Amino acid sequence: MIRVEGLTVRFAGVTPIDDMTVEFAGGTCGLIGPNGAGKTTFFNVLSGFVRPAAGAITAFGENVLRMADYKRARWGLRRTFQTEMAIEKLSVFDNVAMIHEHSGAKRVSRRSDVLAAIDFVGLQASPKAKVGGLGAHERRLVEIARAVVGQPRVVLLDEPGAGLPDEQTEELGVVIQRIPEQFDALVILVDHDMSLVSTCCQTTAVLDFGKLIASGPTREVLRDEHVMRAYLGTETDV
Amino acid sequence: MSSVGELLDRGTVVRAAVAVTLLAIAIFVLPHIAGSDWITTFTSVAIYSVVALGFGILYGRAGMISLGQVALLTIGCWIGTRLAYATALPFPLLLLAAGGITCAIGVLVGLPALRLSGIYFALITLMFAGATTVVLQVTDFPNGGGGFKGRSVTGALTTSTPPVRRPSWAEGDVAYYRYTVIVCALLFLIALVHVASKPGRAWASIRESEPAALAAGVNITLYKLWAFALASFSTGVAGFLLAAQVGVPRAITFQTQDSLTLAATALIGGIFSLWGAIVAGAFNQLLPFLFQAQWGVNPNFLLIIFGAGLLQVLLTAPGGLADQFPKDMLNLGRLVVRTVRKLVPAKGTAS
Repeated sequence: MIRVEGLTVRFAGVTPIDDMTVEFAGGTCGLIGPNGAGKTTFFNVLSGFVRPAAGAITAFGENVLRMADYKRARWGLRRTFQTEMAIEKLSVFDNVAMIHEHSGAKRVSRRSDVLAAIDFVGLQASPKAKVGGLGAHERRLVEIARAVVGQPRVVLLDEPGAGLPDEQTEELGVVIQRIPEQFDALVILVDHDMSLVSTCCQTTAVLDFGKLIASGPTREVLRDEHVMRAYLGTETDV
Repeated sequence: MSSVGELLDRGTVVRAAVAVTLLAIAIFVLPHIAGSDWITTFTSVAIYSVVALGFGILYGRAGMISLGQVALLTIGCWIGTRLAYATALPFPLLLLAAGGITCAIGVLVGLPALRLSGIYFALITLMFAGATTVVLQVTDFPNGGGGFKGRSVTGALTTSTPPVRRPSWAEGDVAYYRYTVIVCALLFLIALVHVASKPGRAWASIRESEPAALAAGVNITLYKLWAFALASFSTGVAGFLLAAQVGVPRAITFQTQDSLTLAATALIGGIFSLWGAIVAGAFNQLLPFLFQAQWGVNPNFLLIIFGAGLLQVLLTAPGGLADQFPKDMLNLGRLVVRTVRKLVPAKGTAS
């Protein structure tokens, strides 16, 4: 479980997150909101890129904000980025292996763990293939394999379906849904694709201008009047 | 390293075989067919390949543009020279000492890279190269004389200034060339082991994106300084090899702009490949020798050629000659095969 209490982030004159209090209980949780709502900033706080002005984040009993930024991955906090950031010059295997070797997982199991993660995401490309030569969908899968290798506890997925055609987004959704069960990890999914969010997420929280405006079971949240007004437009658009 | 062992492919085996063959030719064949001036030049090529290797590790692998590599070569040369005059340490220990002390200085030079990047860090390192040149010229390096300071009574270089000693079994030019090639090959091997294992993958991650590297658990401070330590150690060792090659190193030999020329040739050779460093070493030392000693052409014209070469590489082959040349040869081979196949049935039809 991740508990966020009174989280506030301020940049010069802007408050991208304003007194956010929310819980992500387990399984796959959605985090949605219009552009600029503070979703990626929240991920950046969790990753240690941004220091909050106030508030606390506790994940499975650990005070995340006290951990050194580079040690959070070793603890089990993993993420993907809006613009995918798999390493072009390395092979698929090395892309995943490099996370494993910084994760604290045992070296003897590296090869099997890495190949298992690649197999889990259903990547058809050879593990020896350079990532620079892969398509957008395959790169997204490599990123997810990087996020789940070596005992993850929290997996943050930042718009994994961005730019992908519907069919590939659906395949991605199947992979995302299997992460909590397979790896015993909590997944927080940020995406603008409501069908992906409603398929994958049991619960969803909604941010608007840095404020939490709703949270709860995904189906109820997506029908919430405030949410539809702030983010989804009118009911007919839904 | 498990990935290297387990995923060894045909390309890796071919590259290793080519490397061993070229090394054997360099050690056993070249000394028998090349004259003494060529051997001296090849020694310099090996030394400057290591300097380019250091630049390649920093920029090609970890994404930090350092224009102070020739200054580190100078420092390695200076430290090794002073220690050789002042102590009776065996040559390999002098190499390690020159490398170790240059490594410590290089890590200090790399500290700003933790806060600065791109053109800002490049300028800082260029200023460092300039400062090194100024300090050594003011102190009249090495100024002969014994002891660590090496100040002679007359305060000037004389013909009696003793040359920096070489290994007892490699005092001749040919033997010293072989010694240098072996030491440089070992430095390349150390770099290869780094690049193909955990540090190499961490550097690749930092080069791609520092936030992504951080999210992957890479301690960016540690791995950036590690890159500087490796590059500076190698360059320091190369510096002392150079000192023993020239015998009496002079401050005027090392100019600030040499760092820029080295960066240009390293880019032309290819900074993403260890082969590129060898090409860069050849461009840096072999071409001036060919221009000046063989063809009687002013080697300053090389700056124009390097400029044109750099433009060509940046526009059409970012991987440098080491990346582009094999591709061009492969394409040429395919073209020849296609042409022959077309011609052979045509002849059969005619007969």
